[in-house]
Amino acid sequence: MTDVPWLLLMIVVPAVGAAVVAALPPAREALARQLTLAVSLLVLLLAVGATVSFDPGGERFQHVTSVAWIPDFGVSFALGVDGIALAMLLLTGLLVPVVIGASWHDTAPAKRSMRVFWAWLLLLEATLVGVFAATDVFLFYVFFEAMLVPMYFLIGSFGGPARQYAAVKFFLYSLLGGLVMLAAVIGLYVVSESELGRGTFAFDALRQLDIDPGVQKLLFAGFFLAFAIKSPLVPFHTWLPDAGAEAPIAGSVLLVGVLDKVGTYGFLRYCLPLFPDASRDLAPWVLVLAVAGIIYAALLAVGQSDLKRLVSCTSIAHFGFIALGIFAFTTEAATGAVVYMVNHGIATGLLFLVVGMVISRTGSRRVADARGLAATAPVLAGVFLVAGLASLALPGTGSFVGEFLVLIGSFPERPVFTIVATVGIVLAALYVLLLVQRTLHGPPPDDEDAPAPSGGGATAVAVQARSRVRDLTRLETAVVAPLVALVVVLGVYPQPLVDLVTPAVEATLTDLGGAR
Amino acid sequence: MPDIQAPDLSFAALAPLLFVLGAAAAGVLVEAFVPRAARHRTQVALALVGMLGALVGTVLLAGTQEVTAAGALAVDGPALFLQGTIAALGALSVLLFSERALDPARSAFVAAAAVPAGTVRDRELATSTRVQTEVYPLASFAVGGMMLFTAANDLLVMFVALEVLSLPLYLMAGLARRRRLLSQEAAVKYFLLGAFASAFFLYGLALVYGATGSIRLSDIGAASGRTGSEPLLLLGLGLLVVGLMFKAGVAPFHSWTPDVYQGAPTAVTAFMASATKVAAFGAVLRLLYVGFGDAADTWRPLVYTLAIVSMVVGAVLGLTQTDLKRMLAYSSIAHAGFLLTGVLGVDGSGLAATMFYLLAYGLTTLGAFGLLTLVRDGDGEASALSGWAGLAQRSPVVAALMTFFLLALAGLPLTSGFTGKFAVFRATIEAGAWPLAVVALVASAVAAFFYLRVVVLMYFAEPAADGPTVGVPGLPTTVVLAVTAAATLLLGLLPGTVLDLARSAAVLVG
Repeated sequence: MTDVPWLLLMIVVPAVGAAVVAALPPAREALARQLTLAVSLLVLLLAVGATVSFDPGGERFQHVTSVAWIPDFGVSFALGVDGIALAMLLLTGLLVPVVIGASWHDTAPAKRSMRVFWAWLLLLEATLVGVFAATDVFLFYVFFEAMLVPMYFLIGSFGGPARQYAAVKFFLYSLLGGLVMLAAVIGLYVVSESELGRGTFAFDALRQLDIDPGVQKLLFAGFFLAFAIKSPLVPFHTWLPDAGAEAPIAGSVLLVGVLDKVGTYGFLRYCLPLFPDASRDLAPWVLVLAVAGIIYAALLAVGQSDLKRLVSCTSIAHFGFIALGIFAFTTEAATGAVVYMVNHGIATGLLFLVVGMVISRTGSRRVADARGLAATAPVLAGVFLVAGLASLALPGTGSFVGEFLVLIGSFPERPVFTIVATVGIVLAALYVLLLVQRTLHGPPPDDEDAPAPSGGGATAVAVQARSRVRDLTRLETAVVAPLVALVVVLGVYPQPLVDLVTPAVEATLTDLGGAR
Repeated sequence: MPDIQAPDLSFAALAPLLFVLGAAAAGVLVEAFVPRAARHRTQVALALVGMLGALVGTVLLAGTQEVTAAGALAVDGPALFLQGTIAALGALSVLLFSERALDPARSAFVAAAAVPAGTVRDRELATSTRVQTEVYPLASFAVGGMMLFTAANDLLVMFVALEVLSLPLYLMAGLARRRRLLSQEAAVKYFLLGAFASAFFLYGLALVYGATGSIRLSDIGAASGRTGSEPLLLLGLGLLVVGLMFKAGVAPFHSWTPDVYQGAPTAVTAFMASATKVAAFGAVLRLLYVGFGDAADTWRPLVYTLAIVSMVVGAVLGLTQTDLKRMLAYSSIAHAGFLLTGVLGVDGSGLAATMFYLLAYGLTTLGAFGLLTLVRDGDGEASALSGWAGLAQRSPVVAALMTFFLLALAGLPLTSGFTGKFAVFRATIEAGAWPLAVVALVASAVAAFFYLRVVVLMYFAEPAADGPTVGVPGLPTTVVLAVTAAATLLLGLLPGTVLDLARSAAVLVG
């Protein structure tokens, strides 16, 4: 259909860009960030190009390229996308330039250089594209592990006070999951060797295998653990609040917006089609985890006093919904899950960005220190509200479409789980509205610290201090504007997205049913 | 009295061995007759010629499959592959030995090893720039012994090779110029425990001979296939395995490893950690596959257990180390366990995977230890973990390289460590031992923690005010680091050629 190797370019361009940025002389900091932005915008263009030339009704995998890589293992460097992968690529392509804009004026901690930051960011983008575009399980695994390294350094070198701890925790959790998945990947290869006579990692060949149910369960468990840690599902979630809180804002946005989607994407792309019997048998257990996560993480979020940890917790709750949609095994629910994945990336990404802007103004991550923001920074407060409402899936925002599809799709199959999950919506309203109330409204924090309200003096000083809190700069407006617009557009007119992903979702569910 | 029949010797097939042992013998003469001023240069050149010549020899011999020297030596694919690996690692180690830019006294080796540590004479010598060169012929002899070890097709030759490779190593471990007492303690410990292990091996040899009436591996193979689990044979096998596992640094026969790795001069540690491991596993593979190939049920449970113990001990004890050399020692114990999982593979895939892993691991470890020689304080190398804090700010290149080597040891994709792990675990799972693979992967995750700790220290911690300095390496060390880093990357990115080579070489003759 097209000769442009879109996917390969989307990996090579940021990877080369990262190398160039890292090799720039230290004096060229400004050039480094301009180059980074240019590269990321080029990737976004490529993603759009790949989408435009993609035919939703055509072949399942398009823009396919495949080169033998390690023939001895039967590994190919095989790329290709279906609608789901393409949606994820668009999300990645969109969020990276946005976070570059959000970090535009950041300064590196002592003795570190922002060039390195930009380089790691671009390298992260390259590996993320690789994860979504790989159609060879081995290649997928390679990118899955490789993306830990840039994220590790982003958190560890440029993060908050407890960054070392958070970085190591993030890395070890993910690595442990990844290694268990490696065992399953090799196991899958061995099964393919005995069934096909020749070992392969090609996704299309593997999903046609007829694997013994007992073996399926073991292999499923290997993949599932890796993805459940990555998503994260309760009880594998404890790394996320730390990593999300300590990462620099750009890292947090990509971590929750895109990196975690790799987990749910993995459920859809690998767990369901490759291990249909195991998926069916074990689905109730997964749903227990999903629904428990919705409730538990929402309760955690209500109790958080740290802004970034709070947003991370809300994200865990949302992933419960996505997992519910995936493991309900209906087209509506799974489509809803994918739509939710995209919108969650946008909404939570936006929320993290806004929270980052609040933190950069107040100098504190504590919720209590951000009180009364609406009075002095109305536009910021407004965007905060939009992000919060999108996060609680208010009708009219994109998240609502996803959540609603998940719930109506799941109800016929799994009424009990769905009903319990619905409680999560109420809790979501609770934590978002509490957050909005505690941060945007009320008197500025200095009031309480003032000795006595007798004279107007103390309050005047506080107001004066607060009036220095500036509203959104033009750059910040430009950074949040596309996301705010998308929240609304995808909320009002989600059809193109739904059309894009539905055929891929149906193909996935056919694998699930057809292999019985 | 009948004429003594000379055994048939295929000199061509033994050329690599003869080359390196010849260079070693010539080195002894050089030590005696060449004037001091020219001695260091001559010795380095001679050792390099011997080892690189041996490497070229193994390449030229590729494809040879023959048993020679009256059945005592087997020159086949695995022998040549591993001999080539050992020769290459040996040549790189010699380059590390010859580094003269780092130590203010121009050499990492003691000027007069026989002078007692701490005496007046010793203090005089400590600052002299006299360079002693006996380490080069010693290294050549050790390499010769290792190469013989991998080709030994008969238990007596295997024992002789074991001694030829061990004795120089005992000496080399005691040659450190700085922290001499630690170094000498390491040498004595290594010698005593090594002698003990040799005795085990000999005892095992005797029992196996008693059970089968032969010391040739092929005859033992035939007999073990016939008699199965005869107690005498089993006992002999067990003792032989103990002797070999000691050399390979497999837990629970590992207790010498941390002390010796820490005490020996770092360049020697690099040599021991890489080349000795290759040689020891070469012998393990040959003994188990040729000698007991048809009685695999007798040793599989043993190797299975040893692999688990070694992985767990290496990974868990590595967590508590505060010295980089000791940490890498425990890492080598864990890796020995990973290698053993490959030994359990069947149908040649295990053999090929283990050989590839040995090559990849040897090069990466050599590079990591090579980097350790660069970071120094007033008392030689600063291998204490705390000294490495904030190294990335002082020397980004050294920190980046170390990170790369550590990630390779941790087995992250796009490094040779990952390809190697993948190959051995695949062999393990194919052989149906998937629980072992899962244990191995969990152990990898635990081990990753201590590798990561170094990365964290280097990048995310503030440097100590009186921390060590990073020396500027001379040409030899630079070459070693460049070669090992490039190999670690290439074997991760495009391992196809080498994997093919290992697979096609994985045919043993008996």
